[in-house]
Amino acid sequence: MTLSVDTPSDASARRPTKNKPSVLFDAPGPRARLRNNIVTLVAVVVLLFIAYLIIARLDQQHQFDGKLWKPFTEKIVWTKQILPGLGGTLKAAGVAAVFALIFGVIFGLGRLSEHKWISVPAGAVVEFFRAIPLLIMIFFAMAGPPAIMDAFDRVLPPVSAFLALVIGLTLYNGSVLAEIFRSGINSIPKGQSEAGYSIGMRKGGVMLRILVPQAVTAMMPAVVSQLVVLLKDTALGYIVAYNDLLNNGLRLVSGNFGNTIPSIIVVAVIYIIINIALGLLATWLEKRSRRSRKSSARTLTTAAGAPPAVGMDSI
Amino acid sequence: MNLHALLDFGPLQQNFGTVLKAFWGTIRLALLSGIGSLILGTVLAAMRVSPTPVLRGAGALYIYVFRNTPLTLVLLFCSLGLSDTLHLQISHDPSTNGFWLATIGMTIYTASFVCESLRAGINTVPLGQAEAARSIGLTFTQSLRLVVLPQAFRTVIAPLGSVFIAMIKNTTVALAAGYFEASAEMKQMFDTYGGTIPIFLGFAIGFMVLTLPTGFFFGWLSKRLAVAR
Repeated sequence: MTLSVDTPSDASARRPTKNKPSVLFDAPGPRARLRNNIVTLVAVVVLLFIAYLIIARLDQQHQFDGKLWKPFTEKIVWTKQILPGLGGTLKAAGVAAVFALIFGVIFGLGRLSEHKWISVPAGAVVEFFRAIPLLIMIFFAMAGPPAIMDAFDRVLPPVSAFLALVIGLTLYNGSVLAEIFRSGINSIPKGQSEAGYSIGMRKGGVMLRILVPQAVTAMMPAVVSQLVVLLKDTALGYIVAYNDLLNNGLRLVSGNFGNTIPSIIVVAVIYIIINIALGLLATWLEKRSRRSRKSSARTLTTAAGAPPAVGMDSI
Repeated sequence: MNLHALLDFGPLQQNFGTVLKAFWGTIRLALLSGIGSLILGTVLAAMRVSPTPVLRGAGALYIYVFRNTPLTLVLLFCSLGLSDTLHLQISHDPSTNGFWLATIGMTIYTASFVCESLRAGINTVPLGQAEAARSIGLTFTQSLRLVVLPQAFRTVIAPLGSVFIAMIKNTTVALAAGYFEASAEMKQMFDTYGGTIPIFLGFAIGFMVLTLPTGFFFGWLSKRLAVAR
């Protein structure tokens, strides 16, 4: 939402970015501009001081030594450790995203069902998985199946870290996606489905030909930003010793070269680049969806993130 | 057939004290990082809406970095980086030190989400409100205090609630920083007794006791204080 309004003054023509009023500030006059300049100066000094403190501390502990950073200039570190780790992260995220989308469609539509015996269990499953932390689901996906099979006197090989991670990510993000689908369908004006019924379509037809196509446009940005969350959550693979980007970057690279902080910084930069790229995609989809006249639903924004938790619906 | 993996709540009863202690660890971490991230997030939001480009830029940089970094990495930075490599010691007691490091990591991470919610709240206040406040002669501080912020704070209650619920669930990741809380206790019990359904259900219900009332409270509060427009 933009709040700036053009002010027809000479000053704003010269420096348009600084002199826009916002809900908080009027367009600054000469005195306010002077004050802003002083604040800028103070801010620069304070920020530089904070940066100095961090850099001094890093330097004091010899974190800028060339030998700590040199591994990242070697090809083998990238091809043998970082890129396979990135591959592991993307693989887990990709597989989990596909299953989460399927889970989300099934349970989102299930919760919208008019039959209580479908909608109530579907709602209970969705709310259960949204209310508990992802990590304990991953732990249970890993340790649970062998223990349960043991109760039936069957021996099950231990669940791999990859599978446990995918199961956990699917259940949690699938439940969030189910809520996104549900609110996407609910955001379509009632007249749309009524029009469908009035020309003789059945429930399935109205859902498939009228509601879903419009809802997809509206909820696409929210879906993409949930997939960014999913990608970030694959980092939990570190805790269950799955060979993802974080694990390879921190256990392999810094284990071999003893460069914890440089490794953390490099791994963080990779995550940030991927996530910003996906975030830009979501923003672009949101803009496109707002322009689109194909859907009568309001666009579910990327900013809001996950749909509201239990007790906070209907706001 | 031995149905202990399906029905036996014994392990939970035997370790009830430890489980409660573990959940107290979760609550303590959540409360302190909640307060910390509210303070840091408000400072960041103030920076991001300030008329000073340098402050806006610094705030945006912070948000870009910490919103897009996985929490696990942030917490590992606190434990492996701040503590082990940079030798930053807050307390000589290792468990107290672990608690503070986890709190710092959770605060740094959650503050970026708090900041974005607050900023979105300020942006929902229509420009006309501020213009009306100025036109009746209110000063900058008065218009902020009497008109803009009351409306902004009310709209952010629900989004802030979502952020805090997510944070309560995120405290489980503090396990990566070596802090003892509920998920660490569940892992230990899984290692001792196997991954039985009763243990999982016990901890799941424990977390639901924390997250569901938080959701209802913030939902009630935001409805009660909703801005009529």
